[in-house]
Amino acid sequence: MSMGSNQAGHANAPRYEDDVVRLFAVMTVVWGIVGMLVGVIIAAQLAWPELNFGVPYLSYGRLRPLHTNAVIFAFGGCALFSTSLYVVQRTCRATLFAPGLARFVFWGWQLVILSAAITLPLGITTSKEYAELEWPIDLLIAVVWVSYAIVFFGTIVKRQTHHIYVANWFYGAFIATVAVLHIVNSLAIPVGPMKSYSIYAGTIDAMVQWWYGHNAVGFFLTAGFLGMMYYFVPKQAERPVYSYRLSVVHFWALISVYMWAGPHHLHYSSLPDWVQSVGMVFSLILLAPSWGGMINGIMTLSGAWEKLRDDPVIRFMIVSLSFYGMSTFEGPMMSIKTVNALSHFTDWTIGHVHSGALGWVAMMTIGSLYYLIPRVYGQTQMYSTRLINLHFWLSTIGVIFYVVNMWIAGVMQGLMWRAVNEDGTLTNSFVQSLEATWPFYVGRLLGGAVFFVGMLVMAYNVARTISMAGPVEREGKVAALAGGRA
Amino acid sequence: MSNGWSVYVIVLIVINVLGCGWLLFANRSVQIDPREKGQSTGHDFDGIEELNNPLPAWWTWLFIGTILFSAGYLVLYPGFGSFEGVLGWSSANQHEGEVEDAKTRFGPLFERYAAVAIPELVREPQAVAMGSRIFANNCAACHGSDARGNRGYPDLTDGDWIHGGAPDTVVQTITHGRNGVMPALAPVLGGEAGVEDVVQYTLSLSGRDHDAAAAGRGGVQFAAICSACHQASGVGNTAIGAPNLTDDVWLHGGRPEDIRRALEVGLANQMPAHQTILTPEQIHLVATYVLSLSAQGEATEAMEVE
Repeated sequence: MSMGSNQAGHANAPRYEDDVVRLFAVMTVVWGIVGMLVGVIIAAQLAWPELNFGVPYLSYGRLRPLHTNAVIFAFGGCALFSTSLYVVQRTCRATLFAPGLARFVFWGWQLVILSAAITLPLGITTSKEYAELEWPIDLLIAVVWVSYAIVFFGTIVKRQTHHIYVANWFYGAFIATVAVLHIVNSLAIPVGPMKSYSIYAGTIDAMVQWWYGHNAVGFFLTAGFLGMMYYFVPKQAERPVYSYRLSVVHFWALISVYMWAGPHHLHYSSLPDWVQSVGMVFSLILLAPSWGGMINGIMTLSGAWEKLRDDPVIRFMIVSLSFYGMSTFEGPMMSIKTVNALSHFTDWTIGHVHSGALGWVAMMTIGSLYYLIPRVYGQTQMYSTRLINLHFWLSTIGVIFYVVNMWIAGVMQGLMWRAVNEDGTLTNSFVQSLEATWPFYVGRLLGGAVFFVGMLVMAYNVARTISMAGPVEREGKVAALAGGRA
Repeated sequence: MSNGWSVYVIVLIVINVLGCGWLLFANRSVQIDPREKGQSTGHDFDGIEELNNPLPAWWTWLFIGTILFSAGYLVLYPGFGSFEGVLGWSSANQHEGEVEDAKTRFGPLFERYAAVAIPELVREPQAVAMGSRIFANNCAACHGSDARGNRGYPDLTDGDWIHGGAPDTVVQTITHGRNGVMPALAPVLGGEAGVEDVVQYTLSLSGRDHDAAAAGRGGVQFAAICSACHQASGVGNTAIGAPNLTDDVWLHGGRPEDIRRALEVGLANQMPAHQTILTPEQIHLVATYVLSLSAQGEATEAMEVE
C-alpha cells in the first residue's frame, strides 16, 4: 500500500495518509452533482407535476428524501470525511490512525449512499425526515460512523502537538454527537428485512425526531463545517486565526445550547408548552455562539482584504461565512413563536434551509476543496483559476436567486393562509396560494439550476487538475482504489 | 410532571444558561488592552497561528442580551419545568381566547344567516360568497374549486343528487357524512356471464348501445337483485344513496368496463362528517352555496324547510 505524500509546508512533516482524503474529495464532487441534479428535478416537478411521468420511482415524495440524503449525507458527508481526515493529520502532525479502517469508512459510506439511492425511490422509508433509511442501512451507518470515530480520535491521541487545534474540537464534537443522534433516533423494532417501527410513539417520537433533526443541522451541517472553516480559511488567507479565546467561548456555548433547540420545529403542536418555550429561548441564545464562528472567520481575513479582489477561493469562503451569519440570524428569529406562526409550513423554511445548505455548507466545501484537491494531487493550484471564478459567480447568483424567491413565496403564503375576511371566513383557499406561488417555483428552479451548472464547472476543473498530476501522485490514487477493492 | 422531573429540567436549564454566562465572564476583557490585541497564543498548527484577541464587545453584549431576554421569558411563560409562568399563558388558552374573540366578532353575522331558510338565503350574495369561501377551504380538495367533482367525488352543480337535494338533506350530508356501498355481486349473478348480462342491461337503461339478448337476460337478474336498491326502473333511491342508472351521470365511470368492475368487486365511497370541523352555522352557509350552484336551489323554494 503506497502512501500519498504531501510535504508542502513543513519540511519535517510526516508522510500523511491521503488516499482516503483523495477518494472522499472526488466523491464529494460526484455526489454534489447527483444530489443537486435530483434537487433540480424535484424543483421542476413542483412547477410542472407531470414531470414525474406517472412513474412511482420518480414521484416527488420519493425523490425528495433522495435529494436531502444525497446533499446532506453524500455530498456534505464526503466533504466532512475528506477534510477532517486531511486536517486532523496536519494539525496533529501525525499520520492517520488505522488507515485500513479509514478505507473501510470510505467504502462503507459509499455503500450506505448506494443503498439510499436504491431504497428511497422504491418507497422503502421510515418516514423520519433526514433519517428515512431503514434499519439494516442504519446499522451499517452506525458501524461506519464508529469506525470513523476510531480513526479520527485515534489520530488525535497520536498527535505530536501539545494542544488540540480548534478545527479538531469542532470535527470531534460533530463526530461524537452524530453517533449519539443517529443511534438514539433510529432505535426501532424490525418487523421485516426492510421494515421497522420506531420505539417511540406520538409526541415523544416527534420530539426525538426533531431533537435529532435540528442537531443534525447543528452538528453535521454547522459544527463539522466550522471545523472545515477553522483550517481552510486561515490557510487560504495565510492569516492567523483572529481569537483563540472567542473560539473557546463560542465552541462550548454552541455545542451545549444547540442540544435544546429541537422543539422549535414543533411550535403550537401537542408538545407541552414548557418544552416549546425552552426550545425557543435556547434557539435565541444560540445566535451569539453561532456568530462567534462567523466573526472568527471573517476577522481572520482582516489585514488581507485585498485577497478578495483576486482570489476566488477566498471569495467562496467569505460569501459562505456571510450566508452562515445570515442563516444563523434567521434561524433564531424563525424560532420565535409569533414569527414561526407565520413561517411554519411555508417555503420560507425551504429558503432558510438552502441559504444554509447552499450558501454556507456547499460554498465552504467548494472553497475548501479548491484548496485541498491540488495539494493532495501534488499540485500547487487548481487547473484554472478563471473557472473557479466562474463557479463562484454561478454559485453566488444561483443561491441568492433561489433564496430570495423562497423568501417572497414563503412570506406571501404565510400571509395568504392567515388572511381573514370581514365575515370571519378565510380569504384564500390553499390552491389560490399555490397559484400565487407558481412563478416563484419557476424562479427557484432557475436559481438551483444555475448553482448546479457551477458544480459541473467544478467537476471539469477538478478532472483537469487530477489529470495534471504526475505519475507518482496518481499512483497513490490508483493504489487507494485497488486497496479499497481488495 | 412530577416535582422530581420539574427540578431536573430547571437545574439543567439553569446550569446551561449560567454556564454560558460563566464562559463569557471567564474570558472577559471587553476593554482592549493594546498589549493584548493581536497577541499570539504561541500555538502553531500546520503553520496556522492563533491570536488571542478579546471578545468583541458588541458580541458579548448581544450574548448577554439574549440570556437576559430568555430569563425574563421563562419567568413570564411556561418553561421552567412545571412552573406555569407568571402570565398564566398556555397555547390552549390562547387558542380558546382566539376562538371566543372570533365568536364575538363574527358570531352575530353567522347567527343572522342561520335564522334564514336556505331557499331564501341563496338569493343573498354575501351569504353565498361566505359559503363559497368555506367551501374553498374545506370541500374543494375533493369536489374541486368549481364544485364539479371528479371521478368518485360527486358533481354538486348538476342537480343530480345521490342522497337527495333538499336543503335539510344536504345539511345532513355535510354534518354527518355519507357512506356509499355497492356490494360485490359477481358470485350472486352467476360469475362472468351473469355480470356481462347485467352490464348490458344497465347500458340499456340509459339508452346506450347494448346487446339486446344479453340485456334481456340481465333484466331478469336486475329485477331480482339490483332493484332492491336501484328500484325496478333503475332510477335509484336517494333514501339509501343508490344512484340513478337511467341518466348519463356516472360517479365511478360509465364505460362498460367501469360498470363491470363495480359489479365484480363492488364500491365503497365516503363523504367525511364535518360536524367536528365546521359549526352548524358554517354548514348552513356551505349548504346554501352548494344549492345555489344547481337548479335545485330554485326547485326547493316552494318546499317546506324544517
